[in-house]
Amino acid sequence: MPIEKKTYMLNMGPQHPAMHGVIRLVLELEGERVVSTDVEIGYLHRAFEKHAETETWNNVVPWTDRLNYVSPLINNSGYCLAVEKLAGLVIPERGQYLRVISSELSRVTDHLTCVGASAMELGAFTVFLYLIKAREYLYQLIDELTGARVTTSYTRVGGVKADMPADFPQKVLAAFALVREAIRDSDKLLTKNRIFTDRVEGTGVISREDALAYGITGPFLRSTGVPYDVRRAHPYLVYDRLDFEVPVGSKGDNFDRYLVRMAEMEQSMRLVEQCFRQIPGGKHSLEVSEMKDAFLYQDMGKSGDTALLKLYRAKVDQTLRGGQRGERGAILSAEPASTLPAKEDVYGSIEGLMNHFELIMWSWGIKVPPGEAYVAVEGGNGELGFHVVSSGDDRPYRVRCRPPCLFPMAALPKLLNGGWIADIIPTFGSVNMIAGELDR
Amino acid sequence: MIGQTVWTAVKVALALGFGMNMAGLLAWLERKQSAISQDRIGANRAAILGVSAWGLFNQIADALKGLTKENWVPPQGRPRLHALAPAISLGFSLFCLSALPFGGVVHVAGRLWSLQPLESSFGLPLVLCFLSLGVHGVVMAGYASGSNYGLLGGLRAAAQMISYEVCLAVSLAGCAFIYGTLDLQQAVLWQGRLLGGWLPAWGIVVQPAAFLLFLAAGAAVTKRAPFDVPEGESEIVGYFVEYSGMKFLMFLITDFIESIVIAGLIVTLFLGGWQIPWVTLTGALGGVLMLAAFSAKLLLVLLLLMQIRWTLPRFRFDQVLDLGWKNILPLAMLNFIVTVWGVLLWRLR
Repeated sequence: MPIEKKTYMLNMGPQHPAMHGVIRLVLELEGERVVSTDVEIGYLHRAFEKHAETETWNNVVPWTDRLNYVSPLINNSGYCLAVEKLAGLVIPERGQYLRVISSELSRVTDHLTCVGASAMELGAFTVFLYLIKAREYLYQLIDELTGARVTTSYTRVGGVKADMPADFPQKVLAAFALVREAIRDSDKLLTKNRIFTDRVEGTGVISREDALAYGITGPFLRSTGVPYDVRRAHPYLVYDRLDFEVPVGSKGDNFDRYLVRMAEMEQSMRLVEQCFRQIPGGKHSLEVSEMKDAFLYQDMGKSGDTALLKLYRAKVDQTLRGGQRGERGAILSAEPASTLPAKEDVYGSIEGLMNHFELIMWSWGIKVPPGEAYVAVEGGNGELGFHVVSSGDDRPYRVRCRPPCLFPMAALPKLLNGGWIADIIPTFGSVNMIAGELDR
Repeated sequence: MIGQTVWTAVKVALALGFGMNMAGLLAWLERKQSAISQDRIGANRAAILGVSAWGLFNQIADALKGLTKENWVPPQGRPRLHALAPAISLGFSLFCLSALPFGGVVHVAGRLWSLQPLESSFGLPLVLCFLSLGVHGVVMAGYASGSNYGLLGGLRAAAQMISYEVCLAVSLAGCAFIYGTLDLQQAVLWQGRLLGGWLPAWGIVVQPAAFLLFLAAGAAVTKRAPFDVPEGESEIVGYFVEYSGMKFLMFLITDFIESIVIAGLIVTLFLGGWQIPWVTLTGALGGVLMLAAFSAKLLLVLLLLMQIRWTLPRFRFDQVLDLGWKNILPLAMLNFIVTVWGVLLWRLR
């Protein structure tokens, strides 16, 4: 009598440690073999795109932080680049370099999180803590640069919020030494570890053709041997002036994806180091004068000493650092129709005050000419695209985000079916699913 | 006769107490050890009157929390089996402890006192049998939970245990052959001799391959990383997925006690047991030193097992079985055959 093989259903997630609380896999299993997979997404849907239509152009930036929340600075840059393309704005060079520096720092944090979390899910808890410790050094730097660890909101239409602190390059280079050490330690613990390689080699394999057909980009695609990197294929900002390699794999399995990410972290750090060598100076020294507390400054303005005001700089809060006149020209575009004037000008001159109000008042603000633009940047997971449509209004008509991790998620059944339950963990980990960006 | 029985009962009770307390202490040790190797502080918040004693009170807090939690049985589960499973696991593993020779026989107050709780001439198979019986609790837990995750964990545990207890026994066969006994106390005494007049004839010296094989198989039997596939916290969460409170903690304690048993076997069979090389232990002081030496060696082996746990990632389920059947078992058999021939040729010489 033939033995009847029966399959059974296993519901994995959303309350499952490997599913990050936001993904549900409905698995059909035959023993420990996966027969079919049904991926359910949408547990973190926040209507980012719809919400963006109700915000002014600049006010969308904080919502982009919440897309890929382990590399928010890349999202900030990507969105602003799309708006600037539509508005025809040119960012000063220092601003462009700052965007590249912040993006690459974010890419390192992104890959550290991905590799660390995948390793932890495979039982290598120590590696996770080493890498998260390294990420912490970078988060502290990002905190110094932007005023926040995760919700950075660093870019503005036309530039960036603030210049970097004076000792930032030294601090970054010191932190990189620690990050490199953590990566080296993890590399020793994992890359030649037979247990680890047995788990990741040959699992979650996707062919080059399939990866392209699914629209997969980023480290996931590069692991199959396709050297597609937006930074190289369609250079934006100042990437065409920088020297970096695009690491590729060959087999398209979890191990190659791990190796690609490990190599990319080194490349990103190299990029930041080059940026520090190339970055043009700010305009700190141009108008050095006495600093005055903001409230004193304001009082002077009220009492009519406006001519004197030009001689002083307002000492403003850390979060308003971008308000200082001296450095603004280097990091923000000079276009008054899109860039808030310096606080000194707002308090010190009627033109500045009017300019300020014209940008801040309800239904005034930045007016982006009608049309549409698509800009893609290389996010942590691949091609992160923003398609913005303007009707000439002070807020977007439509913002569409192309989340890079949606596409490997769509290919997930193909990657998982036929494998073991245990293979779901490294494969899903290497997708680097970030629900904020996936579900938007 | 009655005195002897009372003494045995006292010793067994002490061994169980030692096991339970040691498990709590191990939980603390593991927290601190992993914290040190991962560059963090470790649990240190539980304090009594402001004294946190390096986090030692966290174990008490854990136990209190475990005891006061709701005794929850999943509605699709089987309540009696659900309650019985952790008791079976814990009971069998605790029993193993009492067969370990914590010390030799000392002459105090005109009498001979054996420091081994249960003296048996077949102590080794006894410990191995009871160690493997514990898996029934695990399988029962998975079955009684009425959850596919629990069931998978239970089945994995059963398969792993069956594979590795074979390896465990075969890897020890060579030792038993050399020592010429299955009595753990006799095995310790055999290791008291000196090779060439200076090298203690510990198991690790005469059977180095068996030591490594037993270490691997023993780590697998304790179901701890890298062999924690029945648990696999990020895959199937484990056979205890539907357990909470003290019943859950009982499984955790079982894991710790199994570690102690495996470490105790390693100390007994490979590291000279309670003996201190080149020193003859007699009298009351000798008895105390025996216990101290045994505990110190035990602690070292446990630290080694912990370091392995916090260094290596987890195997995949099928790879664990491959490793057991295709690598460790053939090597253990080879080791046994080589040992037998070696010993025979030595005697014929």
